[in-house]
Amino acid sequence: MEYAEYYGIICPIQVYRIIFFNHTLASANCMEVFYIKKHLSTVILGSLLFVTAVISLFIGVLDLNIGALFSGDSEDLQIFLLSRLPRLLAILCTGIGMSVAGLIMQQLCMNKFVSPTTGATIQSAQFGIALAMVFFPTMGLFTRTIFAFIFAVAGTILFVFFVQRIKVKDTVLVPLIGIMFGNIIGGVTNFIAWQFEINQQLSTYFSGSFSLIIRGKYELVWLIVPLVIIAFIYSNHFNIVGMGQDFSKNLGVNYNLILILGLSIASVITASIVVIVGQISYIGLIVPNLVAIFKGDKIRGTLVDTALFGALFVLICDIIARSVIMPFEIPIEMVVGIIGSLVFIAMLFYKLKHGKKAVHFGKKKEVAANE
Amino acid sequence: MAANMNIVDLVKSYGSKTVVDEVSFEVPKGKVLSLIGPNGAGKSTVMGMISRLIAKDTGVIDFEGQDLSKWKSKELAKHLSILTQHNNIQMKLTVRELVAFGRFPYSGSRLTPEDNEMIDRAVAYMELEEFEDRYIDELSGGQRQRAYIAMVIAQDTDYILLDEPTNNLDIYHASNLMRIVRRLCDELGKTVILVLHEINYAAFYSDYICAFRDGKIAKFGAVSEVMTKECLKDIYNVDFEIINVHDKPLSVYY
Repeated sequence: MEYAEYYGIICPIQVYRIIFFNHTLASANCMEVFYIKKHLSTVILGSLLFVTAVISLFIGVLDLNIGALFSGDSEDLQIFLLSRLPRLLAILCTGIGMSVAGLIMQQLCMNKFVSPTTGATIQSAQFGIALAMVFFPTMGLFTRTIFAFIFAVAGTILFVFFVQRIKVKDTVLVPLIGIMFGNIIGGVTNFIAWQFEINQQLSTYFSGSFSLIIRGKYELVWLIVPLVIIAFIYSNHFNIVGMGQDFSKNLGVNYNLILILGLSIASVITASIVVIVGQISYIGLIVPNLVAIFKGDKIRGTLVDTALFGALFVLICDIIARSVIMPFEIPIEMVVGIIGSLVFIAMLFYKLKHGKKAVHFGKKKEVAANE
Repeated sequence: MAANMNIVDLVKSYGSKTVVDEVSFEVPKGKVLSLIGPNGAGKSTVMGMISRLIAKDTGVIDFEGQDLSKWKSKELAKHLSILTQHNNIQMKLTVRELVAFGRFPYSGSRLTPEDNEMIDRAVAYMELEEFEDRYIDELSGGQRQRAYIAMVIAQDTDYILLDEPTNNLDIYHASNLMRIVRRLCDELGKTVILVLHEINYAAFYSDYICAFRDGKIAKFGAVSEVMTKECLKDIYNVDFEIINVHDKPLSVYY
């Protein structure tokens, strides 16, 4: 079973063989089949993401020609390197970051409805940015980023410790408190914005959009990559902390330390997206939930799929946002909001209908509920 | 190194209320010890303190020659395990994934082949092979409890503490669980400490009983010493009859 921990690179031809020549499975190398079956969802998501990413690169107001790109047409290449590629990378980082941040927060808080949006993280980051604008108006992106980081981390940890302290047991009450808490912070941010007349400036941080992403102005989101790697390394710790304080102590895991570490990672990921792209809601809420329905809650097993699916989700929303009223563009936050809320409602109905039961691929082992 | 657990003058107060008052006893090694007593007698608090889940006010818990509070958390997790009823069971983890957490103190996130062998053995010992890939939130209460015990077996500690393990289990599953406790002691040589509400389980399946009343030890001794009419009346303030079943003193109360 040690292979379960392994994420190998799998040749597409092997997958093809598994999918289309199922009858030859018995003759195929057993271990090879095991890898692929275990990671089939990852491979499918990865391939879909790749295809969609390529499509996304060639959608835009200006027609890009693949042939011209390779023949070295300098103008096309310029568009590609200055705008299209940065935009794609920003989208991927946003999707990966928001969904992983949501996954970590849900696991640590033992609550499926907690996310950067419902845990006051985004609002705290915006509050930090507003303060930076007021107190250090001449300083640039760097100061705003630092402020966003500090306030996002502080706001999230404050929220989580508050919820723990008052020992809310109701699953729905926790995100409601988070939303209220977030709204209070948002209110203060708005007040500051009116008082100091920074509404205009601040608005880009509220409604997420990829339209302003160009080379040299988005690289901060790369920070998400090492953070997601750290999250992967500590994924078992997060799982254990998610099982509760007693459970963690029994296994010798420092509950508070891991809790703060995890929340900080999730907050910094979120804040860096807010600074560069703006607010993107719902992804941290629905993507981890959707993946968990199929893959369970073991973070080691779901993190890669969650990240890929999150990236795919944002990418598709972005393509829609860019195509609907071409040559103009809808803010992506709007598309994500509409699709996200629909998916969320569908998810709630699904949970009502199926209870907590997981979806099993293939034939389900028939085991009676009672021994 | 004295391989045992010695508890001296343990005190715990919440505000002005002293819930555990100068409790001292020695845990017999390789035996099953049950902590019993009425609600609020302090048995669960004592359990919490000897499993380091609750901080003690004063007193000493000497564990294997060293004060319990001086143990490194990760090191202690290889010697002493605690199973409480406050686990998050909403989590969609498979039985095997849960049992694998038992190896965490040893290998962290990287399971060695030996770890996997231990996990296999723990799963087999609890007869959970057919449920191995099922999610714990889909199991019945009895199966889930067995999965948690399998995790503790994989954790491979000499001391196993179980806080009210028969809670929420029906008679069938509860007595099954108590038989498992007996086997942990007899077959695997574990020292098991339990908090139990059902005194007849304590009488039938354990070697020693420590009875609490008002935060103090009312009686500590072998099962036959504690399970007497006078003693139980003194602890619970209810009339008891004692009858012998399979050479074990069981109580009847109404």
